[in-house]
Amino acid sequence: MSARIVHIASNTFREAVRDRVLYNLIAFAVLISGAAILVGQISIGIERLVVVNLGLTAVSLFGVVIAIFIGIGLVSKEIDKRTLYTVLSRPVQRWEFIVGKFFGLAGTLVVNTFFMAIGVFAALLYVSRQFQAADSWILVALYFIVLEFLIITALALLFSSFSSPLLSAVFAFSLFVIGSFAEDLRAFASMAKGATHWLATAAAYLVPNLSSLNVITSVAHEQPVAAQLIVSNTLYALVYAGMALCGAVLIFEHRNLK
Amino acid sequence: MAAIEILGLEKTYSVGFWRKQPKCALRPLHLTVNEGEIFGFLGPNGAGKTTTLKLLMGLVYPTGGSARILGREINDPQMKAQIGFLPEQPYFYDYLTAGELLEYYAQLCGVAAKERRRRVSEVLVQVGLPDAGGVQLRKFSKGMLQRVGIAQAILHDPKVLFFDEPMSGLDPMGRREVRDLMEQLKQKGKTVFFSTHILSDAESLCDRVAIIHHGELRGIGAVADLTSSVEGKVEIVWHGNFMPASVKALTSEHHLTGDTVRAVVLEGNEDAVIDALRRERLRIISLTPVRTSLEEYFIRKLRPSEAAAGVRS
Repeated sequence: MSARIVHIASNTFREAVRDRVLYNLIAFAVLISGAAILVGQISIGIERLVVVNLGLTAVSLFGVVIAIFIGIGLVSKEIDKRTLYTVLSRPVQRWEFIVGKFFGLAGTLVVNTFFMAIGVFAALLYVSRQFQAADSWILVALYFIVLEFLIITALALLFSSFSSPLLSAVFAFSLFVIGSFAEDLRAFASMAKGATHWLATAAAYLVPNLSSLNVITSVAHEQPVAAQLIVSNTLYALVYAGMALCGAVLIFEHRNLK
Repeated sequence: MAAIEILGLEKTYSVGFWRKQPKCALRPLHLTVNEGEIFGFLGPNGAGKTTTLKLLMGLVYPTGGSARILGREINDPQMKAQIGFLPEQPYFYDYLTAGELLEYYAQLCGVAAKERRRRVSEVLVQVGLPDAGGVQLRKFSKGMLQRVGIAQAILHDPKVLFFDEPMSGLDPMGRREVRDLMEQLKQKGKTVFFSTHILSDAESLCDRVAIIHHGELRGIGAVADLTSSVEGKVEIVWHGNFMPASVKALTSEHHLTGDTVRAVVLEGNEDAVIDALRRERLRIISLTPVRTSLEEYFIRKLRPSEAAAGVRS
């Protein structure tokens, strides 16, 4: 990776930290510890299930909100504030800027997820008193959540490279919601006939399949995750995020920075 | 070798809802800037100065023509390592301190890690902000941001510098310092291309200037040549607080300021005026031929289109 991408990524990470993005961890800590205490008092035998479900869902939602709301401004904010002018007038290629921004935000989300994961495991330890072998699948669920963040970040960046922050937020959030029900959309497409079948199939394959990245429920029920799913989800997320990133680069390469 | 060669560079934007309406921001521009000169790019607001600079920086793409800087294409990264750019009304990452920002830019320019800290301190001193390295940019005034802008442009010791309205937002002291800095850069053999609409700055600094209006080049030449033509008039200044009637008939215009009178007379009438002032026992301070100022040249170059615009409206 070029050194310039690393510098742009570190600056993006520093911006997120200085803009107090990681303060969301406080809200998460309050939520997870409150839930753990409450669950410990009112539920019998399903404490683990509730804490894992609630904890991982919160990790996912907090991260998606950060990915969308920071991702949509990554390019457009730099153009609006003209901070981009002094960067692109240096020996920095436009694609390096986009890729650097992507890794900067992805890095922020990984760090954020790391601290949230500590919170989830701490809450789990509080309600279960000890860890068990099945808890290791929580790490796989967290890994899938990170893959989901990569896709959402790349999409937010793609929209940010050509539209306003508001529209980018609408597009990215819509894709997140539709993508979360991608399996249902595929099931509908297989049942539909004629033009509806083709349209639904196209839409089902175009939107990110986030539902296959969601293994929170099965992990909460102590079910293992197949190695094949780990490999296919990894490849899928990398290819999808890579394609969205290529789209962002292509659009940004041709854009006049007025 | 020419530092900057602009070969028919032009830019037309498509505007309107369907983007079918063309709006010409820059007509084909041909310009050459020599190495080591300070070149002023003059024009009123909206003339096309910033568009030209953005085209040269690769921030917008031309609809026609091309340009070369230091013999290389405008998007060549190797060339970009040798240029510095100060945008108009610069805005920087305000969550960073001035030192952090400059270090970041030095990293992007590939300045070696060992040299970075030294260069950052040096340029902060050079732009008059020696103690501001640790202060966050969101606490900076407009003038201080302009100084940081200049610092980031000269940080990596580039060969060619592009300044878009470098005096904007600066107080008189700041403007003087920037002028001095630009002269220092010229002495070091750097080429400076700067846009401005403050003509006194251009007149005192530039080797050559170009005038642009409505995206069209209206004039170009050495400042000395543009301002050297004598207008056939002489300016006479004397001590006093009145205009003798015998002198008034010979002058085309006059101004009274405090205890000084300034009068402009047609060439050939100056002897008669001097005789008349001596008779009145008034002390003559100076007598100088009137030369075209850059301002007059500038206005003359802009006037035809203003007149045409008037006719059209």
